[in-house]
Amino acid sequence: MPAITFIHPDGKSDRVETGDGESAMQAATRHGLDGILAECGGNAMCATCHVYVDDGSLALLPAMADDEDALLDGTASERRPNSRLSCQIKITPALDGLVLRLPERQV
Amino acid sequence: MTVSGPAGSGIPHLDVDPFDMKFFADPYPTHELLREAGPVVYLDRWNVYAVARYAEVHAVLNDPATFCSSRGVGLSDFKKETPWRPPSLILEADPPAHTRTRAVLSKVLSPTVMKQVRDRFAAAAEARVDALLETRSFDAITDLAEAYPLSIFPDALGLKPEGREHLIPYASVVFNAFGPPNQLRQEAIERSAPHQAYVTEQCQRENLAPGGFGACIHAQVDEGAITATEAPLLVRSLLSAGLDTTVNGIAAAVYCLARFPDQWQRLRQDLTLARGAFEEAVRFESPVQTFFRTTSREVELSGARIGEGEKVLMFLAAANRDPRRWDKPDSYDITRRTSGHVGFGSGIHMCVGQLVARLEGEVMLTALARRIEKIEITGEPKRRFNNTLRGLDSLPVTITPA
Ligand code: HEM
Ligand code: FES
Repeated sequence: MPAITFIHPDGKSDRVETGDGESAMQAATRHGLDGILAECGGNAMCATCHVYVDDGSLALLPAMADDEDALLDGTASERRPNSRLSCQIKITPALDGLVLRLPERQV
Repeated sequence: MTVSGPAGSGIPHLDVDPFDMKFFADPYPTHELLREAGPVVYLDRWNVYAVARYAEVHAVLNDPATFCSSRGVGLSDFKKETPWRPPSLILEADPPAHTRTRAVLSKVLSPTVMKQVRDRFAAAAEARVDALLETRSFDAITDLAEAYPLSIFPDALGLKPEGREHLIPYASVVFNAFGPPNQLRQEAIERSAPHQAYVTEQCQRENLAPGGFGACIHAQVDEGAITATEAPLLVRSLLSAGLDTTVNGIAAAVYCLARFPDQWQRLRQDLTLARGAFEEAVRFESPVQTFFRTTSREVELSGARIGEGEKVLMFLAAANRDPRRWDKPDSYDITRRTSGHVGFGSGIHMCVGQLVARLEGEVMLTALARRIEKIEITGEPKRRFNNTLRGLDSLPVTITPA
């Protein structure tokens, strides 16, 4: 199973194994990771699963839908060009080793 | 209790009525019975299929093509009966129609908009606590759970000051009407005319103040996103679903925190838990208990065969306490990871006002916990009976200032 790494704002990192067909958000919440709230449970409705994607990996990710784009305008921490909602990032074998940075705040 | 019948082989038939007073008084033993009887059960009292386990409730919510909403999300099948009011353009709609109206309300109630109203909502919560600290002893339903949303939501919508007393009674009709044709539903609809007249009038563009959620919906007509006849009905959705739900959500949170003083103290020590305390109350009490879907085709769900055109009742509240999904489901724990609960639904119809509800809950609980040391229940809480909403009619409390 592919593994991904979350880096907290203080620099600490957590490597998590992802399950079959899981999103990055699901892998994070299943491991009880702080820093991903996911209040809407992955329905792309809350923007509390915000992450910054390492630039090298950005192009590997699924394209952004309009609703994700709109939600990212309302994130608690600033939106950057590499901002994504982790519930919309389904982890495939190609994304093994993906690094996601957590924002200061989710609400 | 359990027999096999014509509705499908192996599907347990139960004779419980989840819309009667005895059930409302204490739904938990029946929820357990429903969950444990099987993944899909049949309720002979109303001739409907029902799901009460988390996995099946989640599955039904997330397959809107099979389990549709356009035939009504109450017991009444719009294909066979005339709806009691013109159907909702969002709640009682399927894609692609739903996709368009949903996009409009998502925009009007977006995280960006929440940032703009946050300070106002927080200031009103502080003002409410000021008033409560003056009296010390009060009814936590009327004076807190109702008074707070009433002090912000109608203004946020842009409603006129006159006639707002119709809002809660109107919502009560709407949520009773999802139920079966029992006394609650019949009486609610019989008395609904003045409330309906008020609501229909207030949804018109000229009656909504500029800058409010209502005016923002009408502005989408100018953008070409919706038509001028659709806009008032979308405003109506906020009037129906935006007030009484949060009243019951805030009431649920206060009732939990008053009953479980260790959780109250935990919140007082760390105010950043306020949002989680509200969310956990929505899971624990599930202010919106149930919704229905109608099958658009024959389907097999967890081994049970359901024909086309059948009503399926989803017990959101039972799913939120399913031990298959939740650790210690019957305890109220403000640090719980609540992500995935179905108190706001799930999938394409998941509550479009969830950000408003969380904002109200968070700022209200923060204001309370900052300034109050203790909340004591001083009298017998009284339940308010509704076919869909679970909540109290009165909760006498006394508070001690911090
Ligand atoms: C604690 C408070 C609330 C609870 C528990 C709640 C619960 C729900 C649930 C369970 C649904 C799903 C319905 C379905 O799947 O058929 C829903 C949908 C909806 N809610 Fe809420 N709600 C709350 C607050 C609000 C607020 C504040 C608003 C408006 C500002 C609102 C507006 C709506 C609307 C318009 C829908 C229909 C969405 C659609 O069909 O796409 N709700 N709500
Ligand atoms: S979990 Fe809500 S937007 Fe991702």
